[in-house]
Amino acid sequence: MAHENMETLDQQEAACWELLQEVKDPEIPVISMVEMGMIHKVRVEAGVAHVEVLPTFVGCPALEIMKKNITEKLVEGEGINEVQVRFVYDPHWTSDRIAVDARDKLRSFGIAPPPLGFKPGDTWEVACPYCDSPYTTIENLFGPAACRSILYCRHCKNPFEALKPIY
Amino acid sequence: MGEALHVETVEQALQNQEYKQALADLLFQLADDDFILAYRGSEWLGLAPHIEEDVAFSSMSQDMMGHAVMYYEMLEELGLGKADDIAQLRESAAFRNAILVERKNGVGEYNDDPHYDWAYAIVRSYVYGLHKQVRLEALQQSSYAPLVLISRKMLTEHRYHLMHWQVWLKQLANSTPDARQKLEAAIAKVWQDAGELSDLGLDADNIVRFGLIAGEDIHRQKWINLTKDIFQKAGLSWPGEPGKAAERGRAGEHTPELAQAVATLSEVYRIDPAASW
Repeated sequence: MAHENMETLDQQEAACWELLQEVKDPEIPVISMVEMGMIHKVRVEAGVAHVEVLPTFVGCPALEIMKKNITEKLVEGEGINEVQVRFVYDPHWTSDRIAVDARDKLRSFGIAPPPLGFKPGDTWEVACPYCDSPYTTIENLFGPAACRSILYCRHCKNPFEALKPIY
Repeated sequence: MGEALHVETVEQALQNQEYKQALADLLFQLADDDFILAYRGSEWLGLAPHIEEDVAFSSMSQDMMGHAVMYYEMLEELGLGKADDIAQLRESAAFRNAILVERKNGVGEYNDDPHYDWAYAIVRSYVYGLHKQVRLEALQQSSYAPLVLISRKMLTEHRYHLMHWQVWLKQLANSTPDARQKLEAAIAKVWQDAGELSDLGLDADNIVRFGLIAGEDIHRQKWINLTKDIFQKAGLSWPGEPGKAAERGRAGEHTPELAQAVATLSEVYRIDPAASW
């Protein structure tokens, strides 16, 4: 009995992860919150899905929207009656958590992904997401969202955005 | 420090009345500093020297406001009221921010002939930012585990603020004589208040004894060394010992400028605190 129960729970949790793939980052609609590495844990207990989310930026105004979107998506799941979303800071989100294949999606959307394995003291060099040229300049460290900066490509003359390395 | 305290959860913190008191006092200082300076930063919206700066300053103010919210929520967990109420319904005498962050941006009012001082905005933000950097690093060793986690997160965002102010400081320092003169006047003005930043307030002894954060002197020395280095690199002369305002903000003594700021920022909330947004 207990064993069967465990299996059902595992299945429910797996189903939640599937559903979460459809919850996009509200400010970057090409990638999901799972791909962003923001979903830390999913636990299902007696019909309640508990989701732990790692915010990219503390003051991000999209957090409430994320909470709402996650809740609305997960209640679609079989046997899920309630969703509890909690923002946690352990571990803290770093830009290395972004899935490797999601980085190409970001580029296709005109956003340069953050470098992998960035360490304090490293220089942030950004290649243009359109033409891959290294001849880019930072126009503004701060952009339309807390996690993004505004850059300009001197080669193909396109303005673009880049996700800040967070480490 | 003596007592090797380690407090993992809010429940544990609540078991020791003295610890809770010291923790709350420190949280008020951290929260109010970020909150009030974020408000002053937001008053620059539409008035910054160019549109990119408008975006940058708003973004940094939003980050800082977010940091303040985290601290206010920690106070809420300690049973001190709703985070929004703590931020918006207190009288100015209950605020524990340093005087430096409450000073007006300059002459005039936001809606009425604002002649704000851009050099002062840069120097105040940068000097405060350097102090905040040292304070967040010190909090990595705090006895209160939730505070360690959250300050670690803030550090990752804060380093971008410092980079931004660094660019401005260098540019003004190496620009026209007029810019240089305004910058030096701003440093002198910030310096009259800056000494209070490392003040830990009325409960300082307990804050340090409980290992919530390192003592004032350690903090102050690190901040001064860091700032000295940066001034030197920008070719600015060192203004000497930082002074303190006549009022002691950390003890709840404030200028009328804080009361005015709080009245403005909470105006809408006070009309109907129960409204849902």
